Amino acid sequence: MNVELITFPFIVGLLAAAVRLAVPILFAALGETFTERAGILNLGLEGIMLMGALGGFVGAYATGSLWLGVALAMLCGIVMGLLMGFMSITAKVNQVVAGLGITILGSGLSTLLFRLFFGLRSTPPTITMFPVQPIPGLSQIPVLGEMVFSHNILVYLALILVPVAWVVLYRTRFGLALRAVGERPDAVDTRGLSVDRLRYISLIIGGALAGLGGAVLPLASLGIFWTQITAGRGFIAIAVVVFARWDPVRALWGALLFGSAMALQLSLQTLKMPIPSELLLMLPYIITIIVLVGVSRRAEFPAAYAVPYSRGEK
Amino acid sequence: MTAREQVTLRRSIDWGALGRSAYQAALSVTLSLLIGALLLLISGQNPVLAFRSLWDGAFGSVNRFTETLVQATPLLLIAISVSLSFRCQIWNIGAEGQVILGGIASIWVALTFSELPPAILLPLTFIGGALAGGMWSLIAGLLKAYAQANEVITTSMLNYIAVYLLAFLVHGPMMDPAGFNFPQSPLIARSLELPRLVAGTRLNVAFLIALLLVGAALLYWRTTLGQRTEIVGASRRVARQIGFSVPATIALVSMLTGALAGIAGWGEMFGLHFRLIEEFARGMGSLGIVVALLGELHPLGMVVSAFLFGALVVGGNAMERNAGVPFALVDVIQGCVILLILARGYIFKFRRGAR
Repeated sequence: MNVELITFPFIVGLLAAAVRLAVPILFAALGETFTERAGILNLGLEGIMLMGALGGFVGAYATGSLWLGVALAMLCGIVMGLLMGFMSITAKVNQVVAGLGITILGSGLSTLLFRLFFGLRSTPPTITMFPVQPIPGLSQIPVLGEMVFSHNILVYLALILVPVAWVVLYRTRFGLALRAVGERPDAVDTRGLSVDRLRYISLIIGGALAGLGGAVLPLASLGIFWTQITAGRGFIAIAVVVFARWDPVRALWGALLFGSAMALQLSLQTLKMPIPSELLLMLPYIITIIVLVGVSRRAEFPAAYAVPYSRGEK
Repeated sequence: MTAREQVTLRRSIDWGALGRSAYQAALSVTLSLLIGALLLLISGQNPVLAFRSLWDGAFGSVNRFTETLVQATPLLLIAISVSLSFRCQIWNIGAEGQVILGGIASIWVALTFSELPPAILLPLTFIGGALAGGMWSLIAGLLKAYAQANEVITTSMLNYIAVYLLAFLVHGPMMDPAGFNFPQSPLIARSLELPRLVAGTRLNVAFLIALLLVGAALLYWRTTLGQRTEIVGASRRVARQIGFSVPATIALVSMLTGALAGIAGWGEMFGLHFRLIEEFARGMGSLGIVVALLGELHPLGMVVSAFLFGALVVGGNAMERNAGVPFALVDVIQGCVILLILARGYIFKFRRGAR
């Protein structure tokens, strides 16, 4: 192992990578926070992220515009979110199994569409990614500058979204109604607000952000698409939401924890640690389990979590 | 997870309900196939050609037909495993990982104790596979029972960990020293290979074992343990009032679930591959869930749906080879089948009491 490689700049680089790698999970977790606050457990997140990754890649490849890729990714996410809404709100089926169905559908559909669009090629199609844009001035701050202010624009967008989500959730009428729907849907109903409509909106937000989170991978960190590109990040994002106890700011810390695990895994490989890479690759998944076990007992789930709402049903 | 509190145990056969289920299942599958055809049509492929080559691939000859049964075997075992946990409201989606662990452990037993006579060693590999699958699943079961950790997330994480564990083993400690660095373990002794049922095909005894376990599953639901499983699934509160330990039941059912998936892994190893290879369990977990749900979590229903999806897997591979249509079409059909089967009460307007 090359211990001499562990220098101060190396550690700062590790932390910067942690921020970057946290972003896909952060987007998805922020969206899922809204969805779960409204009382819906969307286990289809993994499939939605995959469709977002595909939409982002295809949009950017076809139009040459990364922002149109982002738009298509969010649109794909919204469509999948609405499908989850139809299953859980309108058809009132078991949300766990519906989520599994969405994940299986999204993973199959993204693979199929990719193959139908691009066929089998010896070299995979690539796109030019969002460039790194250090923020003038701020990026000169020691340590913090490289960690936070020397990234691509999607990273900044995710970081800005954290306080925005907090304000929407805790300081607006809409946020209040959304939280109430997850706790006492009957009370919201008596106030003349539509429970179903609020829950559909929560899934539109959740779907759009999960789609965006999935699209970060091809658009800002890999430049290509492959089958199962999200590699479980959808499930990790759900674990982050539980860890964060349905709070956007704590979701940031949760996402950073997993970003760190992924960054650590990558840098341990570059350090040529005497640990096989396959075992290092397990790290984020093991940490997810440990974290979930640590927080689940204490977590206070929204009262109407995963329960379909019907008027007059006791 | 649902708020409903009525506990009804299924007993005598309700032929009307059975007919309705079969009708809705057939309708769901047909609709899913149509959606698949539509996708192909939009993308400029010829759906008739694609489905012809799918059909020929699955049923075109005796050999193809036995291959369908070969693919149906692990799906049936996994579906029985899934139905056990789902009927107990344990959403274990970790079959793929449990299959992998079953494969790893059974091959390890076969290679480590190779000096034992086959009559003793083969049963030992079976037990090893079942035990390893059961233990892997028990991790998630215990975490659910005693730490309230969501089993969907823990089991899916355990799947990724199992995939990397398998990759590690076949690239490292269990790699065949005489295998030119191919990521695979040494072959097991010829005497341990499961006998073929039809000479010249890959159909083997594992298929009969799967059918045997269908019978065992039918019996299971008539035992007190089966009833306890179903009551804990129907209502945790009612189960507690009767005096059943909910955590203990969850742990036990998780172990049985994993053991069944582990047996599927054992069957793949000793009936088909005869050595550990990477990705031998790929996609089996979600296929098993679809088979279980399409079969309404009933052992006999799952025999039919396992056969159907065995045919789709074999046919899908042939379709990719012969018509150039991606196998992922089968994955899309899977997703559509799950969603349609779930929402059938709403879509097909046959509203009966929710399950």
